[in-house]
Amino acid sequence: MPVLIDLFLTFAKIGLFTFGGGYAMISLIENDCVEKKRWITHDEMMDVTVIAESTPGPIAINCATYVGYKKGRLPGAIIATLGIVLPSFIIIFLISKYFDRFLEITWVANAFRGIKIAVGILIVDAAVKMLIKMKKKPMPIIMVVCSAVAMILISIFSVNISSMLLMIVSAFIGIVVFIIGSHANKGEKRG
Amino acid sequence: MIYLGLLIGFLEVGFFSFGGAYAAIPLIRDVVLAHGWMDEEMFAYMIAISESTPGPIMVNMATYVGSVKGGIPGAMIATTAVVFPAFLIILLIMVLLKKALQNKYVKAALGGLKPCIIGIILSTGILMIIRNCNISLKAKPDALTIGLSCVLAAVYFGSRKFIKKGISPIMLICVSALVGVVAYGI
Repeated sequence: MPVLIDLFLTFAKIGLFTFGGGYAMISLIENDCVEKKRWITHDEMMDVTVIAESTPGPIAINCATYVGYKKGRLPGAIIATLGIVLPSFIIIFLISKYFDRFLEITWVANAFRGIKIAVGILIVDAAVKMLIKMKKKPMPIIMVVCSAVAMILISIFSVNISSMLLMIVSAFIGIVVFIIGSHANKGEKRG
Repeated sequence: MIYLGLLIGFLEVGFFSFGGAYAAIPLIRDVVLAHGWMDEEMFAYMIAISESTPGPIMVNMATYVGSVKGGIPGAMIATTAVVFPAFLIILLIMVLLKKALQNKYVKAALGGLKPCIIGIILSTGILMIIRNCNISLKAKPDALTIGLSCVLAAVYFGSRKFIKKGISPIMLICVSALVGVVAYGI
């Protein structure tokens, strides 16, 4: 199959089955683009996730554009992004035009309650997969725990702190640790 | 003109929504309410629709607002506008800033960001499960949902022991939807 058609169909499928936003989509993209098609590696997937989180816009779009560009340059990027947007575009358009009381249909609401369970599991799954492949050094592990606990506390006490602040602090810690580390190395070499 | 308003409004949302859809909701609210495109009640309904239908939440909201306010052209303009900044930024990073990503300080910053983002994603998943099950200090937890969550998680993760790679995420979503219709319907 020509790569552009493959990109379009794969991302349209991911777009059609992504409920609950970008984090749940990470599991789907991993499954298709990393494990099945091997378009990108797991490390690249991790990099895209980090870049997507640190740049504005929907994470799903960032990921689709990245994979699309890698496989098919500019046309690939456009096709993959179009693929991920098109299913939800059609669905939302139809709902907004014709189904005024869409969420009040009982079985639809029940199906969505079921899907929400799946979305929670998929998001945890995405994080666990990343954790397993992360280098097991004390510093990163402490940072994972701290940021997870911080986010949960922020949400429970509904404090108005955005995850951006957490990310800025983490990037800063990364740089400081690196500078201290390289100084320590120099010291050892001299000694 | 409505089309120009949609274009500028959603470009703004696309450029300033750091940290995913939930950070974008207040931005979209500002744009939508400031223009008088929707009232509070309609806005809340739109968020519910965008969260429960497939696709990126932010894109769904743009399509919805665009479609209500300007039909097919409105939906296309709003959707394109909200998607364009993310698309452009990734292209720029891949084409122009590839070398910058190899810079040792940028690498160090990304190294610090990775564990933080894993933590954020993990907490998002955990919080979602807690909220689904209605676990809090005040309310009574939803025993049925807790049971379903345990069974579905066991099936999803457990299947990896029996089938190569286990059941796919898409399969899990389809099964959960069916389970939801049956279990909550009775």
